[in-house]
Amino acid sequence: MKRAGFTTRWLPILLLLPQLAVIIVFFYWPAAQAVQSSFYLEDPFGFGSTFVGLDNYTYLAQSAEYAKIARFTLVFTILVTFFSLGLALLLAVKADKVIRGAKSYRTLLMWVYAVAPPVAGFIGLLMFNQSWGPLTELAKSFGWDFALGVNSTDTAAAMVLVSVWKQVPVNFIFFLSGLQSIPKSVREAALIDCSSAMRRFWDVTFPLLAPTGFFLLIINITYALFDTFGIVDVLVKGEPGNNPLTLVYKVYVDGFRGNDMGGSSAQSVVLMVLVLALTVVQFRLVERRIHYT
Amino acid sequence: MTDITPNQPPLAKRSLKWSTVMDHTVLILGSLFLLVPLLMVLQTTSTPDLETIKNGPGLAIGDQLDDNFMAAMFKASGFSGENTGMRMLMNSMILGIGFAIGKIVLGMMAAYALVYFRLRFATFAFWLIFTTLLLPLEVRILPSYEIAQKLGLLNTYTGLIVPLIASATATFFFRQYFRSIPEELVEAARIDGAGPVKFFIDILVPLSQTMIAAMFIIMFVYGWNQYLWPTMVTTDEDMYTLVRGIKQLTQDLEGTSIPEYGRANMLALIAILPPVLIVIFFQSWFVKGLTESDK
Repeated sequence: MKRAGFTTRWLPILLLLPQLAVIIVFFYWPAAQAVQSSFYLEDPFGFGSTFVGLDNYTYLAQSAEYAKIARFTLVFTILVTFFSLGLALLLAVKADKVIRGAKSYRTLLMWVYAVAPPVAGFIGLLMFNQSWGPLTELAKSFGWDFALGVNSTDTAAAMVLVSVWKQVPVNFIFFLSGLQSIPKSVREAALIDCSSAMRRFWDVTFPLLAPTGFFLLIINITYALFDTFGIVDVLVKGEPGNNPLTLVYKVYVDGFRGNDMGGSSAQSVVLMVLVLALTVVQFRLVERRIHYT
Repeated sequence: MTDITPNQPPLAKRSLKWSTVMDHTVLILGSLFLLVPLLMVLQTTSTPDLETIKNGPGLAIGDQLDDNFMAAMFKASGFSGENTGMRMLMNSMILGIGFAIGKIVLGMMAAYALVYFRLRFATFAFWLIFTTLLLPLEVRILPSYEIAQKLGLLNTYTGLIVPLIASATATFFFRQYFRSIPEELVEAARIDGAGPVKFFIDILVPLSQTMIAAMFIIMFVYGWNQYLWPTMVTTDEDMYTLVRGIKQLTQDLEGTSIPEYGRANMLALIAILPPVLIVIFFQSWFVKGLTESDK
């Protein structure tokens, strides 16, 4: 930061103050409290709490239910990330290729970006309605007796599909702008060098898109872990029952409904560590990204 | 950005045509995958509920749009009679606009302080602010709720908006942008005798117009679409936003003998439309803002 900056003393402090105040009160304070209360067992009726050390964590580590939810979240995240990235990449490559209507396609494919996750879940409920949902009918025509909210595999499938549907547009926008920033000269050189479109894609376009892809990978993992909360909540109709749940949903259910502050906080801390690890990976990749461009 | 190069090989005219057809087919299928569900929601708002219950959503638009629109806007579904579509729409607007403005104003101020001033604790402030990028609100949701409760912010607009602002996305974005502005500009301004306040208001803010617009769109959509935090912090029905009200809609549909799909889906549509329209109309700004914020 070798700026020719101003030297006024009080002004920058004044400028920073609102931002710092907000993040201290609503970021650092709650984050610290989550860490702290993960070491306590709180009375569900609010009569004080007792220090229990790592008990909440050991309980989590031994809980079969938590392990099951963690496993589901992992599978869910992989599926959502894979399909939404794959589909978006396919569409972006095609949209980049067509000359006529490229802009109209971009407009059409962008709509769903602005749909809120719970609204996406709401639309999912409509599509998978037990008696007449178009997708239920479609599944039936393939002999798949789809039962959302009853059969947990079916519920999981619906969650994945709705989450992918919601995430494709963001990935598409990023991939398309990544593709369009590939210099013309490189494309032309590739055209001369290899005649197969497939080879051109895998040997030239794909490596050039890799930085965008890495970035999106992290974005998508974060999306699947956290932002799908609304989708899950609406699709299971707020009834965890024996429906598949994600880790974030479990934090909410245990803490807000079950009043198990300690357990819920321990889960929050586990998630925090997970996100921090992801961020470290992201920074590593961003560093590497500089070599490409 | 708009540079779409015609990169088909000049040879083999026949296969070229085929591949073009394939490209369009894939794109049309993709568009249908994304848009047909929305069309079906629209369709159910235009047909009588009995028909929807019998046949499910289709694609033929009926004539009930205005009736359902009136029901959605002015009929309340809760116990208090306060959460009409009108009320929820207003709350959503307040949340979306308040969040976007709050984010931009705080972000610009902080970024300006970080980039253009020599501060002793600049590095510390930088890390303090940018660590917030790492942890989403979801992982600290319960303690955040308790703090909002302690501060008496439940069921207030302040409680709805301010905790959501506690992350540095906009600050980060503006910092990157300010740093890309040539340094000569500050020097010139200083030589001309402009103080820091004048430089900020008369030069930097006008210069950042496009960036501010892009940020506004992204942040408006983000704020409008919030769900978990509003669900926790607003329990009074007159504080519901459209997106927060979605769950109640699904419960309404479960509970009654003739579920009001027309009304419920109209409300869902009203929750979708404002952010979609903004994104579509201001596409180029929005795309620019979105894809440049990661650099």
